[in-house]
Amino acid sequence: MFAIPENWNKLTPKEKQEARLNSWVSAKIEFASSEAEQGYRKRAQMVKDVVQLKKPERVPVIPWWGVYPAEYAGITVQEAMYDYEKLGMAWKKFNRDFMPDALVSAALIGPGKVFDMLDYKLYRWPGHGTPPTTSYQCIEGEYMMADEYDLLITDPSNYFMRLYLPRVLGALGPWQMLGPWTDIVELPFVGLSLIPVGIPPVQQAFKTFLEAGQAVMEWISAVGPIEGESIAVLGLPSTIGAFTKAPFDTLGDTLRGTRGIMLDMYRQPGKLIEAMERLVPIAIDMGVRNATANDNPLVFIPLHKGADGFMSNKGFQKFYWPTLKAVLLGLIEAGTVPYLFVEGGYNQRLDIITDPDIPAGHTVWMFDHTDMKEVKKKLGGWACFGGNVPGSLLKAGTPQEVETYVKQLIDDVAQDGGYILANGAVLDDTNPENVHAMIDTGKEYGVCR
Amino acid sequence: MSQKLIDAITDMREDDALKISDEMLKGGTDPLDVLEACRKAMEVVGQRFEAGECFVPELILAGEVLKQISEKIKPLIKERAVSVKKLGKVVIGTVEGDIHDIAKDIVAFMLDVSGFEVTDLGVDVPPIRFVEAVQETGATIVGLSGFLTLAYDPMKATVEALKEAGLDDVKVMIGGGQVDEQIRQYTGADAYGRDAMAAVTLAKQWIGG
Repeated sequence: MFAIPENWNKLTPKEKQEARLNSWVSAKIEFASSEAEQGYRKRAQMVKDVVQLKKPERVPVIPWWGVYPAEYAGITVQEAMYDYEKLGMAWKKFNRDFMPDALVSAALIGPGKVFDMLDYKLYRWPGHGTPPTTSYQCIEGEYMMADEYDLLITDPSNYFMRLYLPRVLGALGPWQMLGPWTDIVELPFVGLSLIPVGIPPVQQAFKTFLEAGQAVMEWISAVGPIEGESIAVLGLPSTIGAFTKAPFDTLGDTLRGTRGIMLDMYRQPGKLIEAMERLVPIAIDMGVRNATANDNPLVFIPLHKGADGFMSNKGFQKFYWPTLKAVLLGLIEAGTVPYLFVEGGYNQRLDIITDPDIPAGHTVWMFDHTDMKEVKKKLGGWACFGGNVPGSLLKAGTPQEVETYVKQLIDDVAQDGGYILANGAVLDDTNPENVHAMIDTGKEYGVCR
Repeated sequence: MSQKLIDAITDMREDDALKISDEMLKGGTDPLDVLEACRKAMEVVGQRFEAGECFVPELILAGEVLKQISEKIKPLIKERAVSVKKLGKVVIGTVEGDIHDIAKDIVAFMLDVSGFEVTDLGVDVPPIRFVEAVQETGATIVGLSGFLTLAYDPMKATVEALKEAGLDDVKVMIGGGQVDEQIRQYTGADAYGRDAMAAVTLAKQWIGG
């Protein structure tokens, strides 16, 4: 937990960020050795330096992983999701063997048992719709109907409880029968308002919900020590303090689906924009609250449906960017650091995202298929950026090719700081020698000169 | 009228397009001419997509308009033998282990409106089903889609399965978020494409069109 100082409201966003980053760098952790402690502080300091656009000791190397640590350790992804001992063995081994500059988190693999219990429909996962060795994958659909914008806009939490969650979590289907909690106001009517809670299927749904909560506790009490050990023994800081999303993606990925939201851009643009604006404070709160709880100011934000090709620049400026920008500004205001994982290409968007309203040294942008020299030209001196080592090269190239690529990248964009070395896309399948080549080259060649 | 319909579709004026097509049908225009106007409009949308002037929302909306008009026309032409000469046959699907379908659906749709007969095998398609579908349909082109890095090996396996089945003449194109020239070489596919119009261009090249 980040202890918010008494004078918090008097601090500038920069001062708030400094306080949060310092608290994270100097986190009180029982390290296994002084070497681990020094390693942790050094790595966290490098991240702090690049965020603040200062020259770090060397380029931090923070690849982004999917489920590859399972294959690497010889277990299936299914085992990693259901057998926490195997999960721990695999993820600890992966961190130990590769030693990136940040923790590769076992927590993100998720508890399969809980998803089974709740009958999660938004995804398929190994053993539950996809083969045992693959990653979990999203099933897009219209989980919010085209005519339900007003319901969402009026009360997003009520919408989630009574419409969205019953659709994506089968076990909570009966929650559709609940009334809104805001009905519960005056004594004569409280009894009547609570009638739905007593309906047998609703009771059963709550029982299952409570059991899922217990299963989550079993999971986190297994995963907590896995993460704790990698942090304490290896000195690897976590670079995911919280998670939030761009409002367009919340609607497009999980509520309306790609087809739905893209038709809405033409059929009901006003409602779409109003709904996204409604989600802004919710997205900010989700980031800030968890960053505070985890004493880690880095707020991970994957960007999906605003990439090149998904819409025109005009569309991006009208639909995608304004509410994303509002979320970023809210996070920055609270002293947290948006850590954007920019999937796909953003070559057409660089002039838009480098918005003068966003202060320098407050955001991190990790790119995939975006021209890094252009990124350097546009983002240099304004924001930390990183990424770009192709998943295709890591899978099908040679260690020599990877080394050459990484050296060129560092020469091109990293020499005066503000750069994080990373792969572009989530890696589920790769070649371990090539990953070693990426990490080792980054560590050796990335010393800032 | 045809030009007005084409303009309405390519300007993304959905309501106008539906109204104009209704008027055309009521006024006695041959339903097949209405369909032909829609096809021309889709061609324009495809060209604009290729030129970076329109994007996924426009493809989806135009597709939606086309679907609605086609549904109105279907009952009107069912008595007539419609033999539209197809350019060629394509089998398409998302490879084994991957269940992403959005991009694959757009490619299948654009191939279809560009005059190809498309057999869409869906998602999570094992290599053997691609082989069987090619044998059943006599397709000369196979399109393999995959979003994840996990799709690399199944793409390779599918290319190999086609070769092993003696289907060496079948041309294979691959596509997806993490597919590039390096992965084309790795999988042994004949080409890769960045988007739906690249797939159409490749398919037309391959059939000599």
